[in-house]
Amino acid sequence: MKKTIQLTINGQQVQAAVAPNQTLVQFLRDDLGLTGTKHGCGLGDCGACTVILDGRAVNSCLVLAIQADGCDVLTIEGLAEDGNLHPLQQAFVDKGAIQCGFCSPGMILSAKALLDEKPNPTELEIRTAISGNLCRCTGYQKIVEAINEAAEVIRDREES
Amino acid sequence: MGDYRVLNTRAPRVDAVAKATGQAKYADDFSMPGMLHAAILQSPVAHARILHIDTSKAKKLAGVKAVVTSREAGLIKYGVSPARYDETLFAHDKVRYVGDEIAAVAAFDQATAQEALSLIKVDYEELPAVFDMFEAMKEGAPQIHAEFPGNMNAEVHQEFGDTEAALASCDYVVNHTFLNKRQDAAFIEPHSCLAVFDPSGRLTLYTSTQVPHYVMRTVAMTLQIPVGNVRVVKPYVGGGFGPKCEATPLEMSCGLLAKITGKPVKMTYTREQVFLHSRARHQFFAEMSLGVMKDGTMVALKNKAVLDGGAYTSFGIATVYYSGSLLGGPYKLRSMKYDGYRVYTNKPACGAQRGHGGVAHRACFEQLIDMTAEKIGMDPIEMRLKNIMTTGDMTVNELDMSSLGMKECIETIKAGSDWDNKKGKLPRGKGIGMACGFFVSGAGYPIYRSDTYHSTVVIKLSEDGGVANVLTGSAEIGQGSDTTMAMIAAETLGIPLDNVRVYSGDTDYSVDLGAYSSRQTLMTGHATKQAAEEIRNKIALYLSEELDVPVASITFSDGIVKFDGGAGNFDKLRTNYIKEHRGWTDPPSGEYLTFREAARLAYLKAGTIVGTGKYKPPKLGGSYKGAAVGTSPAYGCSAQIVEVSVDLETGQITIDAMTDAHDCGLAINRTSVEGQMQGSLSMGLGECLFEQVKFDSRGRIINPSLGEYKIPTALDMPKVKSIIVESNEPNGPYGAKEVGEGAIMPTIPAILNAIYDATGVRVNELPVTSERLFMTLKKKAEEA
Repeated sequence: MKKTIQLTINGQQVQAAVAPNQTLVQFLRDDLGLTGTKHGCGLGDCGACTVILDGRAVNSCLVLAIQADGCDVLTIEGLAEDGNLHPLQQAFVDKGAIQCGFCSPGMILSAKALLDEKPNPTELEIRTAISGNLCRCTGYQKIVEAINEAAEVIRDREES
Repeated sequence: MGDYRVLNTRAPRVDAVAKATGQAKYADDFSMPGMLHAAILQSPVAHARILHIDTSKAKKLAGVKAVVTSREAGLIKYGVSPARYDETLFAHDKVRYVGDEIAAVAAFDQATAQEALSLIKVDYEELPAVFDMFEAMKEGAPQIHAEFPGNMNAEVHQEFGDTEAALASCDYVVNHTFLNKRQDAAFIEPHSCLAVFDPSGRLTLYTSTQVPHYVMRTVAMTLQIPVGNVRVVKPYVGGGFGPKCEATPLEMSCGLLAKITGKPVKMTYTREQVFLHSRARHQFFAEMSLGVMKDGTMVALKNKAVLDGGAYTSFGIATVYYSGSLLGGPYKLRSMKYDGYRVYTNKPACGAQRGHGGVAHRACFEQLIDMTAEKIGMDPIEMRLKNIMTTGDMTVNELDMSSLGMKECIETIKAGSDWDNKKGKLPRGKGIGMACGFFVSGAGYPIYRSDTYHSTVVIKLSEDGGVANVLTGSAEIGQGSDTTMAMIAAETLGIPLDNVRVYSGDTDYSVDLGAYSSRQTLMTGHATKQAAEEIRNKIALYLSEELDVPVASITFSDGIVKFDGGAGNFDKLRTNYIKEHRGWTDPPSGEYLTFREAARLAYLKAGTIVGTGKYKPPKLGGSYKGAAVGTSPAYGCSAQIVEVSVDLETGQITIDAMTDAHDCGLAINRTSVEGQMQGSLSMGLGECLFEQVKFDSRGRIINPSLGEYKIPTALDMPKVKSIIVESNEPNGPYGAKEVGEGAIMPTIPAILNAIYDATGVRVNELPVTSERLFMTLKKKAEEA
């Protein structure tokens, strides 16, 4: 039996009927067509499906859609504003932090949750924040550099 | 190095924005109206005779549209090397590993498909199974394929010079053995495929693959569809690293089910199925002897390999050759002997993975060099430099090092490392180690015997706007090939990168053998350059006719055209162009003719302007059996220094620093080259320290998840210093060659040599977990 849920996704109010065993990642991808959230393992191991749920980065494969009832969800599709890339997206592009790109949406959102909380993170804090997001292509170095650069851009922007 | 406008820069990747915003589409992101969901039934037992398969209940389940077994699929054998086609889409007489495919279903949704699988009844008669490669070689071992007695899948015996005599003449002969563990590629995107069969009889697969061309051929063969009616489209791919280099049962099942039902059919492997499909790094046992003179001159190498192939051949024939051929350098040897054996076991098949066939044997060899250097009291870097090959050298097995910056790589990493003050001088528990390696820039021959071009490219100039559309079958899998081709096209045409669009990964665009053996920069790059040159020449010709100037006076750069280095007189062209585009907001301006005006003129003169390019290597290599494997138009090479800390109480290893220098010829995109280097080191570090696919006593994988099968996280990686060394490769486009795989070669032995420096113990088995190192330390302490 489907249940009706109401939530905010990327700033938009969404009402939908979901099966009780449907995961948030399935709901986002299959029902809403928000395929920017990737499905890599279904077990919470890889972090590719990371979204920001009420301010926290979570694996959307480990959250049931009905658990997101009443919540605020940010996916990668909601990050750019007015057609401008978010500083994290821009830094990932500029620094070569993206190769195959499959981990990138989740990686960027984990980084955003970090920077929202800690605008000036240490390298260890950055590495810890993304340690649940696996990347097999980059060796993480350019990702860490990109997050560092984005943090700087955001701090500069907020100061001015 | 030339004075380039686009090449050799740090231009952002052409696909980066799409990937950063979630717009980039991967195979599982596609769906179509009326699409069915498919699933595969896989064997729960490692070795059994199939007595009976009953699909009647599954077929009757509401929502099921088709159930297929070998009865529907037929028994056409396929594989990678035509010499060893040993698989059928579905098992019919026997299953040979836990995961062997038996049937597939298509249903309205995935839950129904899964339920249907549970309703298929298979009667098995279990057979004794064998999981260890050495057990499999013994007399009386269970026989996995009747056609291959003794479970011997492939044997290689090669000798260059008289190795035994050469070893006998040496002052020292040092021996070493090495055993790695089966690795998984652990790309983050599981295999996925959407198959569409249209009423005209045409099959299109949208699939996560490294090799659209080979998938097209295999699927056409196994599903008996004329090859001209099969199109393979590769959307963005979430990593490949080797195992996506061949057609999969997933692709063939989707194709077959689409053909039978007439509906689009999609299937995506679960993470567990990715592990079960495997086709990743083999387990290798290496046994080596290196003979040297007391002055450090290397003379002879004897190398034996045993490979655990799993239940089928996959890429294994090439793998077992590579374990021998890729040890011919980068050191001068007078003699080399190789004996390789690839053995069948009742486990998922192994195939190609980054550094194909070479990684484990390189790890053994580079440790052996350090051991030998220690024996003769020589610094290991000095010993390597004494024997190093340089540009123009030929290996003993006839691989031609047409450019080789190996010496420069070693000298570069040494310079920044304080090696002389550290090697052998650090406090106990701290160590430094180094190693070298090289790799092909594209296999010299296709997988099937053929005179085919390895890459063709079409560039079509837009009729308006001067945009170059590059059409290629090459496979962007994350390594950056689309960006590489865009940069080569832009440089050659003299236009900004923004004015190039790359359409790739589609078998309808061109022939390209795909993303394996680090081939696309060199091979697709050549074809792209040639196609762009043709277009540039056409435009120059039409300009010369129209403006009555010599062709030789015309140059293209940064999107503008110059005549004898100046503006020339092109007023009538500009007037014409502006007339043709009355009311448009971006008329061409400035003192020089723009590329788009020139391109427009060419179109008006001759219709759509198209350039084509093609590449295949010249005949390469020697004439001995197996001489083709290991040949390449060029070789990249790499040297690495690693510093480690070891907790001597627990055996816990921390990698403190890694420095990598890689000779990639001209670095087309410097950021992408570093990305390949850093990614290679990460994969090598994981294989060295913790990665291992583990099996229980019945052949079931016990860690088929990314939680239990551990790959490096951001916390496991140290800061890596990546140094690009650029030789000028005469056989590469603009002097470019590989970086994607050569960079992994030195990583494992450099770590192992550093661990030895820190602890005084040689670990000859991977992964070097704290437990393994602790036990090795304990054993040594007990012996002392």
